[in-house]
Amino acid sequence: MARIGLTLGPCLFNWSAERLLAFYRGIAENSVYDRVHVGEVVCGKRMPFSDPVWPEVIETLQSAGKEVVISTLAMPSTVRERKALAELVSGDVMAEINDITALASLEGRPFTVGPLINVYNEASAAFFAGRGAKSICLPVELPLSSVAVIAKACEGLEAEVFAFGRLPLALSSRCYHARLHGLHKDSCQFICDRDPDGLAVDTVDGQKFLAINGIQTLSDGVQLFLPTAGEASAHGIKRLRISPHTLDMVTVGATYRRLLDGEMSPTEAKESLLALGLPGAPVNGYLSGGVGASQLELA
Amino acid sequence: MSLELVCPAGTPSALRAAVDAGAHSVYCGFRDETNARNFPGLNFSPAELKEGVRYAHQRGAKVLVAVNTFAKAGAMEPWKKAVANVEAAGADAIIVADIAVLDHAARHHPDLRLHLSVQAAAATPEAIAFYADTFGVRRVVLPRVLSVEEIKKLNSAVASTGVETEVFVFGGLCPMAEGRCALSSYATGKSPNLVGVCSPPDFVEYCDEGADGTATRLGGFTIDRFAPGAPAGYPTLCKGSFVAGGKTSHLFEDPVSLNAASLLPRLREAGVTALKIEGRQRGKGYIAEVVRTFRKAVDALEAGRPQVEAEAMLAGLVEGGRQTSGAYQKTWR
Repeated sequence: MARIGLTLGPCLFNWSAERLLAFYRGIAENSVYDRVHVGEVVCGKRMPFSDPVWPEVIETLQSAGKEVVISTLAMPSTVRERKALAELVSGDVMAEINDITALASLEGRPFTVGPLINVYNEASAAFFAGRGAKSICLPVELPLSSVAVIAKACEGLEAEVFAFGRLPLALSSRCYHARLHGLHKDSCQFICDRDPDGLAVDTVDGQKFLAINGIQTLSDGVQLFLPTAGEASAHGIKRLRISPHTLDMVTVGATYRRLLDGEMSPTEAKESLLALGLPGAPVNGYLSGGVGASQLELA
Repeated sequence: MSLELVCPAGTPSALRAAVDAGAHSVYCGFRDETNARNFPGLNFSPAELKEGVRYAHQRGAKVLVAVNTFAKAGAMEPWKKAVANVEAAGADAIIVADIAVLDHAARHHPDLRLHLSVQAAAATPEAIAFYADTFGVRRVVLPRVLSVEEIKKLNSAVASTGVETEVFVFGGLCPMAEGRCALSSYATGKSPNLVGVCSPPDFVEYCDEGADGTATRLGGFTIDRFAPGAPAGYPTLCKGSFVAGGKTSHLFEDPVSLNAASLLPRLREAGVTALKIEGRQRGKGYIAEVVRTFRKAVDALEAGRPQVEAEAMLAGLVEGGRQTSGAYQKTWR
């Protein structure tokens, strides 16, 4: 049985350049992730702030033996954003595409497909594989039964599943952080930086429900998919994606590694992760084709 | 060439009403999960589609069929069958979102005209060129995230591909990029991409809670709360009232609907080919009135007559009576 890989997904939130540098330095020095995504996915307006840190971050990660992937914008729109996207996907470091726009500039280079691209079946997975996709992190809504079908039909393509973090649920051209603060997107004052894990959105009856992150809407609940290596392999899963939050991501990675290496049971792994202080309650309902916000008993 | 008015037909009788009221084209879908408006009591059987196409063609109108959900892994047969049924009915085009369905249609039904559904959310010249070059897509329904200025630039950028663009001008308004929203399935397990429904009625509750008024819930989550005796609106998730940062607001979108009637001259100038009216869930009376009003507005525009006050004429028909021109005005963001 091949070892299940651990991917640290791109940071979805508006973290300062200093925070990003310190975060990835820690990941490079201490973590067990074998693949690490860098780059801005959610908002092109954040790029002028984070862009300067990436060369150093990439070098640090690569020196530490990590495979680095540059994740790209999910909703590129301005000329500047589209130009930046074209440059990123045609560079030396492998890119993850999060919008069809990026396909135009790949020209045969290998790439990965992010969970914000709609790959719901084996025929679309095969289409991307035929264009050079190396791995696909499947959409968060997709049940494990469908993951298994896709993985089986597309051997040679790594099927990756979103295993940890607030679920990326929706994108808009409207910025909800700006709207909440009575601002327009064009003069947003970058206030999404106040909520480094996203801002909780509760119902008027006080139920925990969603979270906003600029133009993105996430779940309030934190996805916790805690398979043993056997369970993951049975569904053809080759990688688990761990999505960055402000809690101790080095320990999150170590916990998943121990789980996959059989040194920890799913129940122990869950207890250990809960003890780190998750930004929301654990959820996992999508995996069985159910309500995303629900939490089902671990097998 | 005149702007093409593309009108919703949730049922065969709505199709006839739209055609009789002056629709240049109508769009509809099958009664199954291949269609992003898979609501109870709506849609067409293959035989009804064939009859609808006959009715429309006799009166000079076109029929566009939406097979615009994402095919289920390991079970693509219903989507393949739907594509074949669209061609067999003699429809004028098929509206598709999934790369798997586009690929199948392009390979096995090369004579079928392909339109890219709004559910594919293609919003850049590069994305549109990809769909045109790879599958021969002839028209793209633009996501409701672009301003008029952006649409104009986009149309100039894709002019060389010959791809037409279609934009929504009236009806429901998604504040999220279509086809990229899993809010409904997070609350209910059912989503537009997976089964063609959003905020589905089976999961809706209207709870009379006495002095606290009426709570509307979706999958157990409170979407809004209304004062005792006040009319409670349908709990469409993104139009709900939520609490964030200590503030209660319609955070995602107010309970408004889209009306871009006053923007028709600018949309025409922006190079748009077709104007789409949302509302396959609407009855034939509503359809007839909206289509007739928009047709008058389009005809007046084409004849160079002063713009008909379509906005005012349609004001009584919309949710809560409130309208917006949405993302077409940049300040919406």
